[in-house]
Amino acid sequence: MIETQQHLREEFDAYVAADKKIEPKDWMPDAYRKTLIRQISQHAHSEIVGMLPEGKWITRAPSLQRKAILLAKVQDEAGHGLYLYSAAETLGVDRADLVDDLLSGKAKYSSIFNYPSLTWADIGAIGWLVDGAAIMNQVPLCRCSYGPYARAMTRVCKEESFHQRQGYSIMMQLMKGTDAQKEMAQDALNRWWWPSLMMFGPSDSESMHSSQNMKWNIKRFSNDELRQRMVDMTVPQAECIGLKMPDPDLKWNEEKGGHDFGEIDWTEFYDVIAGNGICNKERLEDRNKAHDDGEWVRDAAVAYSEKRNANT
Amino acid sequence: MHALLRLGDDALVLAQRLGEWCGHAPALEEDIALTNIALDLIGQTQSYLTLAGSLDPDAPKTDDELAFLRSESEFKNLLLVEQSNGHFGDTIARQFLFDQYALLRAEHLAQQTFDLDAAAIAAKAVKEIRYHAAHSSKWIIRLGDGTSESHSRIQKSIDDLWAFTGEMFAADDVDIAGSIAGLLPDLSALKTQWDVEIDRVLVEATLIRPKDGAMKTGGRTGVHTEELGTMLAEMQILPRTHPGASW
Repeated sequence: MIETQQHLREEFDAYVAADKKIEPKDWMPDAYRKTLIRQISQHAHSEIVGMLPEGKWITRAPSLQRKAILLAKVQDEAGHGLYLYSAAETLGVDRADLVDDLLSGKAKYSSIFNYPSLTWADIGAIGWLVDGAAIMNQVPLCRCSYGPYARAMTRVCKEESFHQRQGYSIMMQLMKGTDAQKEMAQDALNRWWWPSLMMFGPSDSESMHSSQNMKWNIKRFSNDELRQRMVDMTVPQAECIGLKMPDPDLKWNEEKGGHDFGEIDWTEFYDVIAGNGICNKERLEDRNKAHDDGEWVRDAAVAYSEKRNANT
Repeated sequence: MHALLRLGDDALVLAQRLGEWCGHAPALEEDIALTNIALDLIGQTQSYLTLAGSLDPDAPKTDDELAFLRSESEFKNLLLVEQSNGHFGDTIARQFLFDQYALLRAEHLAQQTFDLDAAAIAAKAVKEIRYHAAHSSKWIIRLGDGTSESHSRIQKSIDDLWAFTGEMFAADDVDIAGSIAGLLPDLSALKTQWDVEIDRVLVEATLIRPKDGAMKTGGRTGVHTEELGTMLAEMQILPRTHPGASW
């Protein structure tokens, strides 16, 4: 038995090392399964909670076209949540249990959504920076060793790329506009820039899950590598439309071929994770209320379906 | 132009209401469905209001000018669609009563030849509204024939909203002139068809059709319920605060 386990483990490692895909019915180490369930469900939760700050602006979108685009974007996010939960279910968990963990506060979601969306420009900044950071994190996941996750991410990334462009387009339009609109855009960049950089997680030296995930081909690049790419990608985009990066230490480093940038306030990062962000409480209460208010509807759907099945 | 404004305003006001649900539906699938319906309705709004605005006798207006710079009394939507979301059953009941009407109206518009632009918009809308009507009917049936709680809740939702259904079929000068020209359907014939479909779904849902009592009207002439003013204040805040700005 132990020998069989050992053999399976070696076979699994060799398979992953050869960059092949693991599928739901394949043998996999428990820790691999657990880490994927954790990561995929956190990702799904983030999509669902992420609908809230943007959803608040659907009713106030300043033109019909922007309203339509924002509706489409938030709808995509619900869709991402749905197929990420489905990908997690291929690992033997139940969506309802995962949702319960979110609602009880046991499971985490991306801390970025605990920041408030205060003006219309925040919708631009969220698309441009938050979805931009998400894409940076997620594109490598399209080559992740777990098949269902990799395939879900391929679709997610296509849609995220549209989300990022619509965010940048909002910022671009604001920067072409009145002084008040330009101020709104700059203010949103100032507030969202650092939290966006925090989305890549702690520095490589501090990251808990990184090294094993790299070996398993779940993670392909380190947190700091991805963060550097984000900075290098964003700086010229900001310059191009006349926005000033809110980092006095930011400068081009010819030698490394990238930007040097200021130190992230890790106290804030851990504080928001610990539940002390401006909106942590509100977001969870919002989700819980929606869940509780909808219970009678879900019960009705189940009761109706059971009646139909009993009659056939 | 009046007829087109009515079509555009019905779609816009209902879309705005559905947008309020975002992230708060009873299940993820319904978040997707409700935003999808809102998205279709915004598309219809853009088409109808663009066409209506181009026909303005004073000065041509864009769809955004019509949506964001008119006041309550200039909106010509049905009172039904501006009613607040309430619980999911209230939203579904409102949607169901409207979808069945909107589908019949769009089917007529798609076939008429008086205004070919309106016919083209309606032809696309018909395909969308068929899905909306299927979605809301199925929920009426599920909730009606689900649990005793859902049954009594959805029955009450329909009872509460019934007083707003008369306005859909109360023909005024615009409807009569439109109907004679061929653009708009004959509302009494439309009512007969609507009755059949509503009854069919209510029977399957084990629900009772409310008796026609006093009907509330006024939306078509710009006399609204209190619900509309607060909705527009929220919807129009940015264009009103930043006159002339582009977004």
